[in-house]
Amino acid sequence: MKTRIHPVLIFITVVTFLFLLGPLVVIIGASLSDTSYLTFPPQGLTLHWYSNIFEISAFTRTMGTSFMLAIGGTTLSMLIGIPAAYALARYRVELPSFLGNIFVLPILIPEIVLGFSLMKSLASGFGVPIIAALLVGHALIVLPYTVRVVGASLNSFDFSIEEAAVSLGCPRYKAFFTVVLPNIRAGIIAGFILAFITSLNDVSISIFLTGPGVSTLPIQLLAHMEQFFDPTIASVSVLLMGVTVAVMAVVERTLGLTFLTK
Amino acid sequence: MSNRLRAWLIATPALLLVFIFLGLPVLSTFVTTFGDPKGPLSTYSAFFNSRFRMTVLWRTMEVALITTIISVAIGFVTAWVVARVPSRLKSLLIIAAVFPLLTGVVVRSFAWLVILGKNGILNNFLLSIGVISEPFSMLYTQGSVIVAMVYLFVPLMILTLVGVLEGIPKDLIDAAASLGATPTAAFRQVVFPMAVPGLIVGAVLVFTGSFTSYATPQLLGGERQMMMGTFLYQRAMVTFDWVGASTIATVMVVVTLATVLVMSKVARKLNPMAG
Repeated sequence: MKTRIHPVLIFITVVTFLFLLGPLVVIIGASLSDTSYLTFPPQGLTLHWYSNIFEISAFTRTMGTSFMLAIGGTTLSMLIGIPAAYALARYRVELPSFLGNIFVLPILIPEIVLGFSLMKSLASGFGVPIIAALLVGHALIVLPYTVRVVGASLNSFDFSIEEAAVSLGCPRYKAFFTVVLPNIRAGIIAGFILAFITSLNDVSISIFLTGPGVSTLPIQLLAHMEQFFDPTIASVSVLLMGVTVAVMAVVERTLGLTFLTK
Repeated sequence: MSNRLRAWLIATPALLLVFIFLGLPVLSTFVTTFGDPKGPLSTYSAFFNSRFRMTVLWRTMEVALITTIISVAIGFVTAWVVARVPSRLKSLLIIAAVFPLLTGVVVRSFAWLVILGKNGILNNFLLSIGVISEPFSMLYTQGSVIVAMVYLFVPLMILTLVGVLEGIPKDLIDAAASLGATPTAAFRQVVFPMAVPGLIVGAVLVFTGSFTSYATPQLLGGERQMMMGTFLYQRAMVTFDWVGASTIATVMVVVTLATVLVMSKVARKLNPMAG
């Protein structure tokens, strides 16, 4: 029996998706406009605003910082998050059950509060360099993603394979690297890439830890928007959407995008 | 080495990161609020007695609540349809929902700046069809903040609910139908009660997310529509009033945690599967 969907519901759904995608189409259109102000539909077509990104050193510099920060912060959170996810999945009996909740804390505590607290304690209180505080902050906010996505992979991993290797004389650390890691590769890649995009887009942590010296791309965009209203912001936005497309392609190939509905 | 010790050792680096760089700094923020020279609780009485600060708090709650209600309604209907269409179309629609979700907050808020601005698309459109005779500013209003926030959170709601609705066994709906329930009755008595826990989880995510947001109220609300997030930033980085900023931060944490705790209790109570 085929379920019929009420036409009103279909109409609402169509409108919702137009609402979701329309504004992004507007940005793409505005980035191509041959005008010195943002407008849609574009008047005349030009790629000038894309080349203009690279004329503005504040954009190229912060783009570099953002990418390095996203890679560094994510790598840091992976290095400690994978072992934590492993411990939680492998030693479920030995560890107290609340331990998993601790890794949810960075989501539970409002990011902006965490950003403010890190600025107050680390950067201002202990004189930790801004870039180091940023790195730690980004590693913290992506930790829940890495632990959760890698954990999902580990939950479907059969640990008796690892036990078999150990009982045949393979040292534990070696069994981890040669048996466990290759089996959870999909989760690690997907976790890395989701954490990467989260860090790349972060505002609430970075806003407190950036200044005239060090800034990230989203913060630079915010600052630029308050002074200028030219299509360069739109073209930077389109570049960032390109990164999103790449991220989605990787997630689709590893865990599948439906993973995000779970 | 015992398994227990090994497990703790492996988990330690991550626990330390959370403890040292989240636990301690946030605790220190809480402690700061009691260090006011005028007495340990004076900063709180100042907060709750200040008309301006309470206006910001209520405005933030109001915006977050309206955003949540709209997002839940739109998200539920859309997720219901997405969960029911053929799988080809379903994957396409999921991609269409994931794409904005993974696009940054700044980019997505910026889009509404372009649409709602004085020379924005909406004004130009309304002018061209003659509904209005001169452009009016839609920005820096509560409405503009809410539209952009709904835009931020609808994809999250859709993706959360598609998973929940797909998890409801179709047999149950068929069983209800075979026992004589009309589609409306089956929806009201079977589907909806089973979706409520998921709805609450989604609603909590949207409420806490919009309650603590920064970029969207900053861009679309400005000074006039100050919300808790922008207020915290202003107190900390513009006026350097760290006790005041810490108080705002603490109020934000309390509201967030209270919402999560109360609503997860409610969700557990309403869960028909929990018996």
